[in-house]
Amino acid sequence: MRLSTYNFLTSKAIKGVKVGFPLKLTIAKQDVVESEFNPTFIERLLPRLDWSGIRLAAEVAGLNDDIPAELPANVAENEELLKKLHHLLLEIDVLEGQLECPETGRVFPITDGIPNMLLNEDEV
Amino acid sequence: MTNSWKKYILWFAQEHLDFRVAEFNSIIKLFGLKHRKLNDNTLVRSLNIIYKFLISFDKQKPFWIVEFANEESAIKFASRSVSLRSIYELWGHSNNLKSFHEKLQDSIKTKENLMDPYIQKSFKIVVETYNKHISQKEKVEKIETLEYLPFQGEVDLKTPQTEWCYIEFYGLDPTAVPSEPDDILFGRLVANGQRDLIKELSLKKRKFIGNTSMDAQLSLLMVNQALVNNGDLVLDPFVGTGSLLVSAAKFGGYVLGADIDFMMLHGRSRPSRITQKVRERDERVRANLEQYGCGDRYIDVIISDFSNPLWRQGVEFDAIITDPPYGIRESTEKVESKTTSKQNTRSKDMPHYPSTSHYSLQQLYVDLLQFSAHHLKVGGRLVCWLPYHRDDYTSEMIPQHSSLVLVGNSEQPLSGLTSRRLLTYEKRDINAPDSAQLSYQLSNSYDFRDRYFNNAPESRTERRMRKAEQREIGRIEALKRGKVIIDNKEAKNNLNKSRFQ
Repeated sequence: MRLSTYNFLTSKAIKGVKVGFPLKLTIAKQDVVESEFNPTFIERLLPRLDWSGIRLAAEVAGLNDDIPAELPANVAENEELLKKLHHLLLEIDVLEGQLECPETGRVFPITDGIPNMLLNEDEV
Repeated sequence: MTNSWKKYILWFAQEHLDFRVAEFNSIIKLFGLKHRKLNDNTLVRSLNIIYKFLISFDKQKPFWIVEFANEESAIKFASRSVSLRSIYELWGHSNNLKSFHEKLQDSIKTKENLMDPYIQKSFKIVVETYNKHISQKEKVEKIETLEYLPFQGEVDLKTPQTEWCYIEFYGLDPTAVPSEPDDILFGRLVANGQRDLIKELSLKKRKFIGNTSMDAQLSLLMVNQALVNNGDLVLDPFVGTGSLLVSAAKFGGYVLGADIDFMMLHGRSRPSRITQKVRERDERVRANLEQYGCGDRYIDVIISDFSNPLWRQGVEFDAIITDPPYGIRESTEKVESKTTSKQNTRSKDMPHYPSTSHYSLQQLYVDLLQFSAHHLKVGGRLVCWLPYHRDDYTSEMIPQHSSLVLVGNSEQPLSGLTSRRLLTYEKRDINAPDSAQLSYQLSNSYDFRDRYFNNAPESRTERRMRKAEQREIGRIEALKRGKVIIDNKEAKNNLNKSRFQ
């Protein structure tokens, strides 16, 4: 699972959960997959992401120093930051780990890079 | 872009006819080329019209004549079209041979400066007779009728600098081929369409396929309908083996998928190829993208239940393309809360696989439209298939949503009784999708699966018996004629046996 996907997911599907974001991410095993840097894509992706979620992801991945506390206004001109965001959001691949619902503590496992967000019959 | 209006011949493959106009319109929109369909002879020029139809065209015919503002537009169009075989700059066109040659000679004279760049170049002339087969000798004779062409370059059949095409069109009906062609066209090859991609992405060589993987051509058509372009974020909520994502990534989309089937996404379901007993270890959606060099644009696949979405409010996709399960070859499933009289024997350390319930197609489409209305960007498109029985079809069957406009609806017949339609919706520019009212016309009693298995005009058993009877009659007649009958079924069985040995 890429950390950009982490920014999209919530646990609001659970009965009684309103927001379910951000999930608590734990990484047991990760891989770094190098991929082509496409600044336009990152620029277009940023407005769809939640900045606090990006900060949390950076914290878990140990890249805290790379990501500023606030989204700078002129991010499009800041190629260095775009590259760092590209690395954080698209190159880090969580192979094993888990996502935890902030409201109920329900754990969603990530196995072999694929998060399993399925709920049981009694949770929907 | 300088404008130099020219007419072009668009030669389409005679396949998936109902998709042709929709694809044409989508590609024009994708590149931001405005257009106007014109009546026979009225030509209106304005700065923002990039191309126009010259002839009131017949969309069934494989040759269209379209005017583009410049060659760049024509090349752009060819760079995306999957229905298009080739595009030629038009030099001569008529509906009878005599006037064709007059017109062509005339246009060579009057457009001398346009012909100049090609006179000294090496060239070849291809002869195409549509709906009529002619011998090589006759082809050469046809080329000789064009002896007045001013070409002075070498003839080069392998790598010519310019390629010309002489086309005779003998109508569409193979049982009634006219003696004289209906249309004669001559033009210079400008670009080829994307037919080669169909072969390149063929399912035959794809690493990871399943029972319902979409064939390469249709999935490319879907991506064109969805206007997927470089840097777009694309979602397939019923991803399966990712056959739609392959095409989306091929055209520059960054792709995400979701599916309820754990075994499928982890590549552990039963293999669909007859020659394969177990799936290979790395059969994944991701491996498919890597196979075609688009691994960089794979984001993720997620195991999730579409009936209960988990995407954060405000996540926007540029396009949603999907082929939902119809309940025939892949089941329609969701997780639903159930009460059971059985005692709960689950313990914490024991893995639990949620039991799934039937997810009716109507409900699925309601959810899909609602989801798309929320999570598409304005102007973004939802492209999906709707299966139905042909007898039942009315336009009211198409699901509607007030924030989605239906912009494409093309039919693909699946069998004598069933069809599916590729529906393309575009999200309207409105501020509050929440207040939007969903109107859904499909009657609640309509169930494609039930109709398919239980309520067809002829049940599957009846049909099987009828076919068997027909075969038997045919066999007896063939024996009477003295034909030696080879048992095809036996031969096929033996072939399969030898494959597994």
